[in-house]
Amino acid sequence: MTATTASPRSANAVTPRRARGSGSSQHSGIRESAVSRTIAMAVMVVATLYFLTPIWWLFVASSKTRADFTTTAPLWFADFALFENIAALFDYRNAVFLRWLANSALYAGIGALIATIIAAMAGYAIAKYTFRGRETLFNVILGGVLVPATALALPLFLLFSQVGATNTIWAVFLPSLVSPFGVYLSRIYAAASVPDEIIEAARIDGAGEVRTFFTVATRLMAPALVTIFLFQFVAIWNNFFLPLIMLRDESLFPVTLGLYVWNTQVSQIPDIRALVIIGSLLSIIPLILTFLGLQRFWQSGLANGGLK
Amino acid sequence: MTDTAVRKSRGIRHRGALAVFLVPFGALFALFYVIPIGYAVYQSLLVVERDGTFGPAVQVFGGLTQYIAVFENEAFWSSIGRVLLFGVVQVPIMLGVALILALLLDSPLVRGSKFFRLAFFAPYAVPSVIAAIMWGFLYSPNLSPFTGVTQTVDFLSAESVLWSIANVVTWVYVGYNMLIIYSALLAIPSEIYEAARLDGASQFRIAWSIKIPLVVPALVLTGIFSIIGTLQLLAEPQVFQSFSSAVTSTFTPNLTIYSTASIPNISLAAAMSVVLALATFVLSFTVLKLTQRRTAA
Repeated sequence: MTATTASPRSANAVTPRRARGSGSSQHSGIRESAVSRTIAMAVMVVATLYFLTPIWWLFVASSKTRADFTTTAPLWFADFALFENIAALFDYRNAVFLRWLANSALYAGIGALIATIIAAMAGYAIAKYTFRGRETLFNVILGGVLVPATALALPLFLLFSQVGATNTIWAVFLPSLVSPFGVYLSRIYAAASVPDEIIEAARIDGAGEVRTFFTVATRLMAPALVTIFLFQFVAIWNNFFLPLIMLRDESLFPVTLGLYVWNTQVSQIPDIRALVIIGSLLSIIPLILTFLGLQRFWQSGLANGGLK
Repeated sequence: MTDTAVRKSRGIRHRGALAVFLVPFGALFALFYVIPIGYAVYQSLLVVERDGTFGPAVQVFGGLTQYIAVFENEAFWSSIGRVLLFGVVQVPIMLGVALILALLLDSPLVRGSKFFRLAFFAPYAVPSVIAAIMWGFLYSPNLSPFTGVTQTVDFLSAESVLWSIANVVTWVYVGYNMLIIYSALLAIPSEIYEAARLDGASQFRIAWSIKIPLVVPALVLTGIFSIIGTLQLLAEPQVFQSFSSAVTSTFTPNLTIYSTASIPNISLAAAMSVVLALATFVLSFTVLKLTQRRTAA
């Protein structure tokens, strides 16, 4: 017993975090009964099945021919026709689905990029400069975090219809450039990770304030910036109400709205059901890949800034 | 004192840079947050009047007429009641599951926690519309992979469809909430557990007496965001209208607003939006204050 308690302690001295993770399990294994381990792992496996089965089903269903879809086992492959199905989806009505994917990539990709830069500048300024009305400004922006996107959709529609700009790209693109959460996270992260000394040193070297931000501060704030980008990307990609009430012209639709409209037509055009399923799969792959690829950044960004 | 004086002068010295940093966000925030809200409030104070039955429609100031209409609108209030019922059941279940999974991931009982973390988070990458379409198929009596279940239990009936939608929302957001709670658990220094471990406390005991009290702020945060999300429920029920006739055009407050706006009765819809936004704000603010008082005491 003495030996088992001593070793996690010494490990703690070096890396306190890892010692509590899987690294210490062989030590505490003696203390934790096999029963509680088994129960814990069983819960994990059941939860994994719950979370992944629908996505697995979507993948399997997308790979089937129309005949196999209803006649073969739903959770396992039959004739693998995924690429034929994708080709059929892309062919349908002059590649309108590709157009929707491109629109989503534009709204979410460019929109989140600009939103991140704008929010980072504002958050950095609030963290690093003292000016009159600073706290008031921050509190107003913080109030913006509590205003959900759906609550703004109707007011935005009223405003855009005043200037005759509904049913344009701008009606969906421009509102998604605002990320109050991004300002909040940037402020907290900049305050914690950009030391005043570095800004002073850059000043002594003769660098301008704006240049210092773009060359020095953004590098130090990188995890927060990736987090802001990702969550804004997801928010725009998932946004449904705003395009729903703004857009009439099908060629401007993002992929979520396009698939929604198709899904409402399934009862009249049964063949479209297969396209909805394949389209759904294709619309989530970019997001899952982005999250997997950038996980190191957003996980630390969430841990450091999300909770203060 | 000197420090603030220096800082103040610095702020004035860098006025140009401050403008570069603050004006883009400030302008967009004003244009697409503040002004629309203000305009919605203005619009909600108007009423449409006509000269005779066929005269041209003119918008005139109507005071609180639209708000009186909102308070007399039964469909609107029953949709609010429906999402409140939804929230009272779904939010605690979702956060409870998220908390349990986060605690298990943080405990030494589970191997391969990195894989499980990503597996649980994956549904967050699925847009609500797509998640609802997918589950719509899974609930279907004929197309579901679990027809044995879906042919005996009708997930799309008037009684159960609200809870079928609750499952979709839970499926998407458990992983996200779990990750926020898990991040809070990681931030607890491990020395705090050491004494309890040496005293022979079980993992369950450590979780209950040490970890959970320390992640209460994270639970409050996720709770508030969940309340906001619940009151704003829209995409999932909108999609479910294709699967179930039980989902009416006034099923949730936002659906009511959407169908009112498309009548079109813009002023009434604007008044509903304002009432809903205020209700959301009051509710999340109350939760925040209540939990702060409890943790302070």
